Amino acid sequence: MFALLSDYTIQNVLIGAALLGIVSGVLGSFAVLRRQSLLGDTLSHAALPGICLGFLIAGTRSLPAILVGALITGALAALIVLALSRTTRLKTDSSLGIVLSIFFALGIVLLTFIQNAGNAAQGGLESFLFGQAAAILRSDLYVMGAIAIVALALVALFWKEFKLITFDPSYGRTLGLPVLALEAGLTTMIALAVVIGLQMVGVVLMAAMIIAPAVAARQWTNRLGTMVGLAALFGMISGVFGALVSATGRGLATGPLIVLAVSAIVVISLVFAPERGLLPALLRQRENSKSLRGRRVLATLYRLAAEHNDPAYPAEQKMLDAYHGTGTASALRRLQSRGLVAATRHHPEPTPHWTLTETGIAEARSDLGGASQ
Amino acid sequence: MNAMLSAFFNSPDAMIMLTGALVGIAASVLGTFLILRGASMLSDAISHSIVFGIIIVWMLTGQASGPVQIIGAALTGLLTVALTELLTATRRVKADAAIGLVFPALFSIGVLLINIYARDVHIDQHTVLLGEIGFVWLDTYEIGNYLVPQAVVWMGVMACLNLAFVTLLFKELKLATFDAALAKALGFAPVLLSYALLALLSGTAVAAFDSVGAILFIAFVIVPPSAAYLLTDRLSLMLVYGAAIAIVSSIAGYWLAVGFNVSIGGMMAVMTGVCFIAALAFGPRYGLIAQDARRRARVAENAARTLAVHLFNHENDPQAKEENVAAALRDHLHWSQAKSHAILAKSLADGLVTRAGDTLLLTDKGRTAAREVLEPWARGGG
Repeated sequence: MFALLSDYTIQNVLIGAALLGIVSGVLGSFAVLRRQSLLGDTLSHAALPGICLGFLIAGTRSLPAILVGALITGALAALIVLALSRTTRLKTDSSLGIVLSIFFALGIVLLTFIQNAGNAAQGGLESFLFGQAAAILRSDLYVMGAIAIVALALVALFWKEFKLITFDPSYGRTLGLPVLALEAGLTTMIALAVVIGLQMVGVVLMAAMIIAPAVAARQWTNRLGTMVGLAALFGMISGVFGALVSATGRGLATGPLIVLAVSAIVVISLVFAPERGLLPALLRQRENSKSLRGRRVLATLYRLAAEHNDPAYPAEQKMLDAYHGTGTASALRRLQSRGLVAATRHHPEPTPHWTLTETGIAEARSDLGGASQ
Repeated sequence: MNAMLSAFFNSPDAMIMLTGALVGIAASVLGTFLILRGASMLSDAISHSIVFGIIIVWMLTGQASGPVQIIGAALTGLLTVALTELLTATRRVKADAAIGLVFPALFSIGVLLINIYARDVHIDQHTVLLGEIGFVWLDTYEIGNYLVPQAVVWMGVMACLNLAFVTLLFKELKLATFDAALAKALGFAPVLLSYALLALLSGTAVAAFDSVGAILFIAFVIVPPSAAYLLTDRLSLMLVYGAAIAIVSSIAGYWLAVGFNVSIGGMMAVMTGVCFIAALAFGPRYGLIAQDARRRARVAENAARTLAVHLFNHENDPQAKEENVAAALRDHLHWSQAKSHAILAKSLADGLVTRAGDTLLLTDKGRTAAREVLEPWARGGG
């Protein structure tokens, strides 16, 4: 393991994966909260023609040129989606699909154009489709790091504004904020995250890196700051995990491993997160229904006692069952363990009977509000 | 006749265009209903997820294409949709995020399985996503005396199935799309219909994957129907226009791709985009140019009414000689000279205004127009 960590290539991959996880987690949080989850998918596919154009203009596989190209076509795609859904009768999802497929098709056309032009320097351009983490160079990391810093600095700088337009854009408008500009800015910033992820997971799987860390983080907290921090953490963990497994395994692709890692985190969060998790919710619901049944049985015992003017009235268990239409044995045992009822006999009947204790009477009285004597 | 047919089936050009057109027809008739239901992105999800289905079916049966693969893909598509709906049903995840969680996960599992078990077969993520329509004429079946490309056979089967589905169930699909509640009340099982639609879509996606690939398939599903949606309000016409656009795109895309020596599938998809842009610009009712013309006409209409009201207000004024002249429009209504000219010309042509020397006079029609603005309550009642 330590030998792995000191490997130069693996160090690069790890740092790259961590950077990607952090940035896509942070920007993805806003995208998911603003219900723009699938925009990330469209933007990442739309980066392909930009990659090719960047290559064609630079004439070589220069990462900065390629990333600038990807950023420009990604941002353009985002703006076209906005324009199409606002000015035509098409629904947003159709706009997303149209822009995604047409930009990607243009990218494929340009990619084959470059390949068939026989340019010797085009090697590795296709790695942007599916990502090829092992091909990341130290110099690439500096570029990715710079983009990450710009993206995070923008989020920090406009934190309040972004928060406001995420949760209440109309209030933002009444405050005189340039809401449209901020929305366009936040939307195109997703292109920044996409650009970082291109080499790592490729354009096809980038959607998951935008959505999954944010969805996982959302389950653990109701605060935006915590959510963004957790999303960055989850993104980073899955990035590093995927990169490490890919380095040790039998030539497994990095991108899919990262995506599976982050999907696992989503499942764990959905099931186990304390507040919103499905399992805690189920347990709470069970606990509630048990305690409700206990209180109803207690109330029945109390009313029987009151009716008979006998605080120690022994009620037959079968009768309680019949009255509640369901077995009351477990509810009675739980009440007994809390010292609210006591098992008793009522000779000559052989069946089990139950009576209220002193504390049981007090508990039932306070439960019923002391009113129903 | 025989010679003609066999020449047709032996011509790579014809076979490639035919395959593209069949993909286009099969995809766009289903896509029409997807875009009307606001479920376009399900095609994106399904076309990625089938990678998972393809490798699983390959591992179980050793077949990389054919009917078993199509059925397997249909099941994978349904699995994708069911998982998405399951995630949405927890109410912890919004529907769009759920789509974006499910398909990358299934796609990733598919790619890793390919990495582990299928390194040496021709299934790879590249083929599945991008396809290679240029080679469809290589693998053929012998049908009668003709060698028919496998892709043509399977795409033909899917196109016929899909066409039969939408024509036989046209009324039911239409109702389920536009009024799901009523469809359910009438006992049409809209949920079952929508699952059938998505199963067919998945089957079509897998039949199309080695020709145009999964991602370009999305273009054929979404773009031609979207273009058709900008051209017509009638569902039946939308289906026809969508299929026509897909066919035109396949043919034009093929020749352009050959001309520039680029990806044929990619160029076909780009051509659907070109058709979309044309529909967006020139659509008779929803096109941008038509919309702009309508907006301009409304603006001119309003300006003409403003002119009529202005003239009406000053008609019996002592200052009528100053107010009701062309020059006054610039000062009093703040209109530019060009606008004054244009509106005046329109009002004269429409018979709202006449000229007497410099003074502008309202006609009866013009007076009625002004009254309609000033006394809307009197309209119709007299």
